[in-house]
Amino acid sequence: MSAPLANAALLDGTDHRALHRFLLALPAVDQVGAEGRAAMLATRSIKTSSKVYAIDTAISMIDLTTLEGADTPGKVRALCAKAVRPDPTDPTAPSVAAVCVYNDLVGIAREHLDSIGGKQIHVAAVTTAFPSGRASIAVKLQDTRDAINTGASEIDMVIDRGAFLAGDYGKIFDEIAAIKEACDSGEKRAHLKVILETGELVTYDNVRRASWLAMLAGADFIKTSTGKISPAATPPVVLVMLEAVRDFYAKTGTRIGVKAAGGIRSTKDAIKQLVLVNETAGEEWLNPTLFRIGASALLNDLLLQRQKLSSGHYSGPNYVTLD
Amino acid sequence: MSLFKYAAAPESRAIVNIASSYGLFIDGEFVDGTGTAFKTINPATEEVLSEIAEGSALDVDRAVKAARRAYSKVWSKMPAAERGKYLYRIARIMQERAREFAVLETLNNGKPIRESRDVDVPLAAAHFFYHAGWADKLEHAGVGSAPKPHGVVGQIIPWNFPLLMLSWKVAPALATGNTVVLKPAETTPLTALLFADVCRQAGLPAGVVNIVTGAGATGAALVSHPDVNKIAFTGSTKVGKAIAREIVGTEKSVTLELGGKGANIVFDDAPMDETIEGIVNGIFFNQGHVCCAGSRLLIQENVQDEVLDRLRKRMAQLRVGDPMDKNTDVGAINSAAQLGRITELSNTGDSEGAERWSAPCDLPAKGFWYAPTIFTGVTQAHRIAREEIFGPVLSVLTFRTPAEAIEKANNTPYGLSAGIWTDKGSRILWTAARLRAGVVWANTFNRFDPTSPFGGYKESGWGREGGRHGLAAYLKQGEQA
Amino acid sequence: MSRIEVRKTYKLFIGGAFPRSESGRSYEVVDKEGNFIANPAMASRKDARDAVVAARSAYVGWSGATAYNRGQVLYRVAELMEARRDEFIDEVSLSEGIGKGKAGKIVDAAIDRWVWYAGWSDKLGSILGATNPVAGPYYNFSIPEPVGVVALIAPQDSSLLGLIDLLGAALTTGNTVVALASEASPLPAITLSEVLATSDVPGGVVNILTGRTKEVAPWLASHMDVDAINLAGVAAEDVRNLAGEATDNLKRVIAPKSRDWLKTPTLEAMTSLLEVKTVWHPVGI
Repeated sequence: MSAPLANAALLDGTDHRALHRFLLALPAVDQVGAEGRAAMLATRSIKTSSKVYAIDTAISMIDLTTLEGADTPGKVRALCAKAVRPDPTDPTAPSVAAVCVYNDLVGIAREHLDSIGGKQIHVAAVTTAFPSGRASIAVKLQDTRDAINTGASEIDMVIDRGAFLAGDYGKIFDEIAAIKEACDSGEKRAHLKVILETGELVTYDNVRRASWLAMLAGADFIKTSTGKISPAATPPVVLVMLEAVRDFYAKTGTRIGVKAAGGIRSTKDAIKQLVLVNETAGEEWLNPTLFRIGASALLNDLLLQRQKLSSGHYSGPNYVTLD
Repeated sequence: MSLFKYAAAPESRAIVNIASSYGLFIDGEFVDGTGTAFKTINPATEEVLSEIAEGSALDVDRAVKAARRAYSKVWSKMPAAERGKYLYRIARIMQERAREFAVLETLNNGKPIRESRDVDVPLAAAHFFYHAGWADKLEHAGVGSAPKPHGVVGQIIPWNFPLLMLSWKVAPALATGNTVVLKPAETTPLTALLFADVCRQAGLPAGVVNIVTGAGATGAALVSHPDVNKIAFTGSTKVGKAIAREIVGTEKSVTLELGGKGANIVFDDAPMDETIEGIVNGIFFNQGHVCCAGSRLLIQENVQDEVLDRLRKRMAQLRVGDPMDKNTDVGAINSAAQLGRITELSNTGDSEGAERWSAPCDLPAKGFWYAPTIFTGVTQAHRIAREEIFGPVLSVLTFRTPAEAIEKANNTPYGLSAGIWTDKGSRILWTAARLRAGVVWANTFNRFDPTSPFGGYKESGWGREGGRHGLAAYLKQGEQA
Repeated sequence: MSRIEVRKTYKLFIGGAFPRSESGRSYEVVDKEGNFIANPAMASRKDARDAVVAARSAYVGWSGATAYNRGQVLYRVAELMEARRDEFIDEVSLSEGIGKGKAGKIVDAAIDRWVWYAGWSDKLGSILGATNPVAGPYYNFSIPEPVGVVALIAPQDSSLLGLIDLLGAALTTGNTVVALASEASPLPAITLSEVLATSDVPGGVVNILTGRTKEVAPWLASHMDVDAINLAGVAAEDVRNLAGEATDNLKRVIAPKSRDWLKTPTLEAMTSLLEVKTVWHPVGI
């Protein structure tokens, strides 16, 4: 993969055939090798002071999420309260990075966060006919504008996986570019996360291609999954995406973020993700501007582990809140 | 890595119980040796771990006699299925005591605890498990319909994978009905001595396995003993040749697993990230103390810069240090002598004009350490391209065409291993067919399995270990009907 | 007065669980003198159908496990059988109407037979596989693979050893199994199920039915999702018919042979439950 990225046509998406050729010429990923590397990194033993650092860093990287048909304003407000003050017994616990909701609840989230001292916490909205991505570009754009107009500073869009599997990379590029433009056109620039839905892409080669496609089209973050299907943010998938942002930085000088969402339920899982970041993309990515974890149940497990580290004994579910 | 610098994560030593001294394990019990006792140390700290008996020629004779008695009176008379069940017991006990073995191996050898725990010990147990199942199936091994064991086998093993090499030798020997006198390496006797305790727990009949510690002289006494029917040796090519000279033309059978200078060939369409891992694994796994190490990197010239750039970045992430720390990637060099050899040979790389680059790392003050190093601008004529360094030093050469890669890879007296990195299946098969090496890894490296025969062409040795082919060395064809 | 025993209930073993027959039926099993021993479940065709479904869904995991893993799991079963040796001896003795000494020999042989099979799992590939020197620039290799779901009609007269002989062959080769135990002596088979359920054998890999051979066997023989059937326990007069029914999906049929169960089997016990796959790949730069 030594071809330079100076080709402007590649970068502005006008030459779909060049884009297609570029993506298919990316080096292959050997499945067994990639999974072996991820498995080796999972054996890292993170203890004592490193564990304290990892837990607090992980908490600060969480996009606390609720994406259910049954979400109500009450549910969203409870989530926001938890986002600002995850551990009511311990004010030293950091706040999370963002709350992530459907776009019609963005206004409620933003208003509530602002009223409880959570101005610094972002509101991310899933848009573009999340999770399926099956709708017209007009609907997807409106979806996005609605979110931005009601206060979303982050947009989590999905790619059209049908188009990807059918090889229509140009269509995906154009959609991402259009959504990016919508993100740029508000009062304040919203940052754009592009969800690849790696579980539907299946192969690591596809994950690599989709990662590059999203980055070339203007993603600020590439995100593994909608969280609605399994498998989602498995370690080898996140590894391949971290390799992509690392290599993109080497070629262009621009750092793109990675968000791992779906299937990260325990502190152990979260720490494995941080090790992957540390030893693949590097420590520049070890902060919420470049790495996020999309989760809901994870936060409580991190808090239980945090309590254990500070008190010395195992904690229990009664000592963390249900939102 | 200052933001997320992993805090010390030491494995506890409490699980091992190292005696202040050990005798020889002969005829089912520990007895005093009549040679001169010597110390064994932890190469990461230079701490003395224990005092080890030296087996004199007299002791070796005693052990061989015990092995012969056990063979004639017990082991050769035992139904094959029962023999197998002893090996199953041994495998199970090794699994039960896995952590104990891993810690002891790391303390005595210097290899990272992660490797002993995740590679050495599980594979060693698996070898016993696999061979246990062969004991009563030998008529299907491809050595005739009624193959017979040799009798007493003498086995000499090296210090780089002490317990694993013990299992590669002892498991097939016992499964095929032989009895054993084993000489562990001088610097790494402890896991073999712990294995003696496993034999006790398994109820293995006395004399079936005998362990005689010592150095070169003890090994020589075993090789030349008239009542040993077969010798199995893993170690340097130099010593292997001496053994061959001693034995060839006599009634004794011999298998040798010797040195190597494996070529790791990277084509321009290799899966890049996994290839870098494979290169690193190929030469820095086990501190490069691996006979089948990928110690010559052959890069297709058109991707040389990219591969080297990524390789250096990856090497800079290697964690070198306390082998008992669970996050250590590269441990200690096994001995002062070996460190001296590595240093001397690597220095010829400098003096012969190759360019040295080492991973930046803080090496501990005590113990024996060598930073992971690559030499670029190496050609076949350099000593570091021809001679086995047996340390974490990689010689990098280039090639232009597949045929040239083959020529360079084969241009060596050794023939143990080779690696092939490419995305193209037909090229893997074409290259593998032309490499004169006993083990070829494609898009992977340093993979071992009890079912997979291992051994070398040319000066890398005679015979195979593991798999159906590996059994043949321990059997002779029965009488023709 | 001597202590009243808490008697075991003997149910079917399907999908790792112990259900009664969906038909609600059971049948009486007696000893040599005609005394009552137990009322094991009497399996219906629907139980057989459910067992095949369980075996099929367990197939991917079992056949996809490494041979080493299968060998380890099977060896563990032998460990647990050994621990229950006395129980097996009692049941075999009672079921077959033989003395404890003879039953002991049989149980020991059954455990050792199981160990023999466990040790085959990671060796068959090396013995039955091959690279074939075709006349062209191709790499060509043949590997053995399990046929799939295997139905076993266990021998009537060998309540434990015969069943184990058939079962071991099917499992070590990577197949999953629906077995119909001996009609008159089914109890050791259910105790074996208990051993399987408490070992590491995944649910559904082995399913054991008890009941009337004449009722259940035809449903297994004709089942279109069964890949092979061993007719060992089928009455001589029914063999031809059942073998004929089995041909509707060309399942592999193993006809009954008279056997001394104490003797080590030949490789055919395993090769008859294996397919061979041959793969070609060009060799070139």
